[in-house]
Amino acid sequence: MDFDLNEEQRLLKDSIDGLLTDSYDFDSRKKYMKEKGGWSKAVWGKLAEQGLLGLPFAEADGGFGGGGVETMIVMEALGKALVLEPYLATVVIGGGFLRHAGTDAQKAAHVPGIIDGSKTLAFAQLEKNSRYDLFDVSTTAKKKGDGWVIDGEKFVVLNGENADTLIVTARTKGDRRDKSGIGVFLVPANAKGVAKKSYPTQDGLHAADITFTGVEVGADAVLGNPEDSLALIERVVDEARIALCAEAVGLMDESLKTTVEYIKTRKQFGVAIGSFQSLQHRASDMFVAAEQARSMSMFATMAGDFEDAKERANAIAAAKVQIGKSLKFVGQQAIQLHGGIGMTMEARIGHYFKRLTMIENSFGDTDYHQRRVADAGGLI
Amino acid sequence: MDLAFTKEEQAFREEVRQFFRDNVPPDTRRKMVEGRHLSKDEMVTWWRILNKKGWGVSHWPKQYGGTGWTSVQHYIFNEELQSYPAPQPLAFGVSMVGPVIYTFGNEEQKKQYLPRIANVDDWWCQGFSEPGSGSDLASLKTKAERKGDKWIINGQKTWTTLAQHADMIFCLCRTDPGAKKQMGISFIVFSMKSKGVTVRPIQTIDGGHEVNEVFFDDVEVPVENLIGEENKGWDYAKFLLGNERTGIARVGVSKERLRRIRDLAGKVESGGKPIIQDAAFREKLAACEIELKALELTQLRVVADEGKHGKGKPNPASSVLKIKGSEIQQTTTELLMEVIGPFAAPYDEHGDDGSNEAMDWTAQIAPSYFNNRKVSIYGGSNEIQRNIIAKAVLGL
Repeated sequence: MDFDLNEEQRLLKDSIDGLLTDSYDFDSRKKYMKEKGGWSKAVWGKLAEQGLLGLPFAEADGGFGGGGVETMIVMEALGKALVLEPYLATVVIGGGFLRHAGTDAQKAAHVPGIIDGSKTLAFAQLEKNSRYDLFDVSTTAKKKGDGWVIDGEKFVVLNGENADTLIVTARTKGDRRDKSGIGVFLVPANAKGVAKKSYPTQDGLHAADITFTGVEVGADAVLGNPEDSLALIERVVDEARIALCAEAVGLMDESLKTTVEYIKTRKQFGVAIGSFQSLQHRASDMFVAAEQARSMSMFATMAGDFEDAKERANAIAAAKVQIGKSLKFVGQQAIQLHGGIGMTMEARIGHYFKRLTMIENSFGDTDYHQRRVADAGGLI
Repeated sequence: MDLAFTKEEQAFREEVRQFFRDNVPPDTRRKMVEGRHLSKDEMVTWWRILNKKGWGVSHWPKQYGGTGWTSVQHYIFNEELQSYPAPQPLAFGVSMVGPVIYTFGNEEQKKQYLPRIANVDDWWCQGFSEPGSGSDLASLKTKAERKGDKWIINGQKTWTTLAQHADMIFCLCRTDPGAKKQMGISFIVFSMKSKGVTVRPIQTIDGGHEVNEVFFDDVEVPVENLIGEENKGWDYAKFLLGNERTGIARVGVSKERLRRIRDLAGKVESGGKPIIQDAAFREKLAACEIELKALELTQLRVVADEGKHGKGKPNPASSVLKIKGSEIQQTTTELLMEVIGPFAAPYDEHGDDGSNEAMDWTAQIAPSYFNNRKVSIYGGSNEIQRNIIAKAVLGL
């Protein structure tokens, strides 16, 4: 048992921390947000240059063969710097589908563009009534000749505006809530019949609602088994949850640090407000919450490699519960301890709070995952 | 980063588990599962079995009878012991005074006390808290005055756990009344059978007799019973309290209790079906299990860090262990109360001496709930722990 990073992992951490310290101060972030799609092509290029976009891909596919710990390191750093760029959508989720289910031809078509930073992806999964159930799919894919025709509506697709390729879940068989009969398709964003409505999200990212009307794709668009890909979707989404846990840990670390710095310098009644015990205890509780979250983020990272899919899902659900509870407490109290200034768009802290809040509601909130753990018979 | 236990560590766990299966007296285990108190004899019998095996003082240095285990092995041993469950070694002797004696005591003291601590030939108790000195321990007033070759001790200690069983006490006494608070305190050990020592029981809200007041009235103690240097007692006390960082989370204890809750919740009915089938209850139970898993991982982080970097600079996460560990222990007793519902009411007036088996063991559930309010108070209350985090970790 060893919780320390090895030499290579430490170097990775130093390199991404260094890059983000140089290029991601709060004012730069505001500028990046105004670029098309809501993030910076230049920063994305730097991430590519340092090999971070190729991290989880196999060496045979041009990547670096990084594992869960490497992704955890990157996501924590991205959280700490409040990064807007679509690492989760492109590398973790898009890359995840390609790594786990892509044919050689599909990998050859998509992975090099991800690694060199020229192409990004988006995951079109959420539907009007599906909420957090990954198997609840109404969008259809119907066989036509060798290919497929896709019809349906997807919502809040992160990076949907900029993505070159959409990864779309669609039903090939059965009824809306059947667990079988679900396929995953690679759809060019500029395919005929794809209509996008883009908007910013609460946390400063960008998303799109996307309508698919008679969108025709070839046989080579299918990732995995078109009639039975729920297990694949669950696996990739579990990896996304692990990544979100790590991102949240980075966000919480920075929120706590910023808050502690603030109460050390903000003076009222002639003294730093951090000298008041009620504030000290609150900050201590934030620390406890953040440490418990860090422990569970590590646990989730480890669980990503569990052979048993049920055990893996249960562990990651548990981690998402802990992260959800911790982030709510740390985020809310960070605002409270900042007082009025924490309520303003001008201060950094509110933006951390908003990103944390959106993470709770991504891929299952605290109640959803707590119920999953409870129904699976607990965790002891 | 590698979060898995090695093959050797897994084999060690199996060895420990098997030893418990073969050697813990079944009645001792049953009483612990049922939350009943154990008699002094039952505890001492088990500790001597453990000591015979060479595991009584496992974390001591080898030359004093320790095992030389890695920090991970200690963790595994403790977790298995707590969750079997079997009584943990008497902390006052094994974890507290023992390490002070082998670290600061002279050769004579080591020879005289250490083997007897290991075999529980002497039952030790702790004379720290006083009526006016709780969280502010350094304000203590019990005096030790030097007269010829004796200390004359006067004063009062309180919350003295299991003093009714004790043969020996280690005591913080003020030896220099003129010095500043922390400076004039000495660490003195003596027999509880000494003339002038009076033990008065305190009954706690669970009805039990666990803690006592201890009065000293001109108690004469040989001068050689001072441990280490005169007026350095505060340093030894800090050493003692900082010694046991990871055991305090009591993860194994909470694990065992959660298993008991799950088991009981499968039997007790609510609305015509086992209460475990009630979604609200099940989610509460899951919530507690998740918190415990997070704490277990936090504890492992601290343990792994100690193993790798030594105990010198504690991982900041160690401050989490007391706060979260106590909160979770309290939650588990609340959940037990919830399961048993109206049958929490019957009160066993003779429940605390381990002799009464007449009443159903469920009569111990409410007392355990009441009793566990203590865990966020003792050992530096959780508010003191928050002060420590604010100061030592966050620099406030």
